Amino acid sequence: MSLIQVKRTIRQGFINFWRNGWVSVATVLIMVLTLFMVGTLFFSNVVLTSALQQVESKLDVSVDFKLDAPEEDILALKTSLESFGEVGKVEYISRDEALERFRERYKDNALITQSLDEIGTNPLPASFNIKAKDPENYGTISSFLKNDSSFQIIDEIRENQPTIDAINSMISSARTSGLTSTIVLSIIAVLVAFNTIRLAIYTSRDEISIMRLVGASHSYIRAPFVVVGIIQGFLASIAAMVILWLPLWFNHDNVLLSFVPIFPFANGSSASESLGGPNLLNYYFSNFIFIFLLLLASGIILGSISSIIATRRYLKEHK
Amino acid sequence: MIYFDRVSKVYSQTSVALEDVSFTIEPQEFVSVVGQSGAGKSTLLKLLLAEESPSSGKVFFESLDMHKVRNADLPKVRRRMGVVFQDYKLLPTKTAYENIAFAMEAAGKGEEEIQQDVPQVLELVGLMDKAWHFPSELSGGELQRVAIARAIVNRPDVIIADEPTGNLDPINTWEIINLLEKINELGTTVILATHDKDVINSLKRRVITIEKGKITRDEKRGRYVL
Repeated sequence: MSLIQVKRTIRQGFINFWRNGWVSVATVLIMVLTLFMVGTLFFSNVVLTSALQQVESKLDVSVDFKLDAPEEDILALKTSLESFGEVGKVEYISRDEALERFRERYKDNALITQSLDEIGTNPLPASFNIKAKDPENYGTISSFLKNDSSFQIIDEIRENQPTIDAINSMISSARTSGLTSTIVLSIIAVLVAFNTIRLAIYTSRDEISIMRLVGASHSYIRAPFVVVGIIQGFLASIAAMVILWLPLWFNHDNVLLSFVPIFPFANGSSASESLGGPNLLNYYFSNFIFIFLLLLASGIILGSISSIIATRRYLKEHK
Repeated sequence: MIYFDRVSKVYSQTSVALEDVSFTIEPQEFVSVVGQSGAGKSTLLKLLLAEESPSSGKVFFESLDMHKVRNADLPKVRRRMGVVFQDYKLLPTKTAYENIAFAMEAAGKGEEEIQQDVPQVLELVGLMDKAWHFPSELSGGELQRVAIARAIVNRPDVIIADEPTGNLDPINTWEIINLLEKINELGTTVILATHDKDVINSLKRRVITIEKGKITRDEKRGRYVL
């Protein structure tokens, strides 16, 4: 195709889009639905991942030491734990620190403060909060502690093994089902959009055969349809962006809950807080360009590829 | 210029459209192909346009075997043939002017040439005042004149007209036939498929008669005999 034909093609694409008014509007609307779906799946993936990370970071194994455990033994255990590959971080809370934190937490409760003063000594044990690098490793860490020679200075290991296991299986099943539903729903959405475009082009099949008869080349016939597909994809991705943005804008705290499949940690705190880290609106703005480009690319690829496939069957020669 | 060499087109055992058809058409001839509906006239024209492939035999356009032309080259060959159909086959979303311009654009002609030639052919078919009407706003005779204008605008070597007057009243029929004769006088080969007895008898040109897929007559100054 020469330059002048490229120019004509683009102009013709715009004219066709305009003159086929309602067909264009319907196709764009279907495509908006598709892209909205893609965007929603993308966002729910972001929320799911950040919720899971949050859950993972809250897991730990805590170790209470006996009251008479010597501090140097405890510190020695800390060093040996830290050299352990699976261990991410060991936080040591000495008896004095534990008491301080306890007083701080209950400073408004006169009864507790008074009875603490009454006892005279520090009843709280020193303890470790151990974070694993991977939630799978908590079992290994606690069995290491149980078999270590320093086990005698340990009073109690609190590892919440059932909780950890439950969360682990939840995380993995949430990931699998999230991925599966993303793939299945995307395929359905893409097929619906593709079929809409196919129907729109089906109505033009006579025109295509006329163009062939007056000697238009295949690419010259096809190109305006592809231009229309690109225009549709472009408009649809802008509309989908706006639709995705509206609910976040009006209700940026609570609407998140409906996006999050698991939500066990919303202890009265606001949704964005308990999710930790960025809320979805912030995420939306900080990644605006990326999300827009993602939707734009999906829309344009969907529109143009569908047009190419749909026109192909009307361009067959030598029957 | 056009040569059918023992061409047969068999759709199925019970449906044979053309059987062992051979003939030659010379440059600048005006040839009518007559026959009843279903005799094989349209199939013959479709084979020439390479819209369909023959079951056996060969169709030549000058030295080109139409069914050995590569798909990518077919459009270029088709630009040398102007087509006119009973149902006009105009693009409904384009105005008369745009329909004619489209054939030139598809051939890669420049903007200046288009702006010069399209009004000329519109003048020739007498539709200058309806240039910006859409097909839905034109009468049958006007539509067919637009179709003829589109067919000749690229100065083809041959005009292929398949029942161009089938939907028209007598007055419009004569206008269309006169146009085709005028085009032929200007040096373009015309192939006209029709079953209009009056048209054939008044033309006094070569007539090829097809019956049940076979050529039964081929006369230099033929009459309508069926």
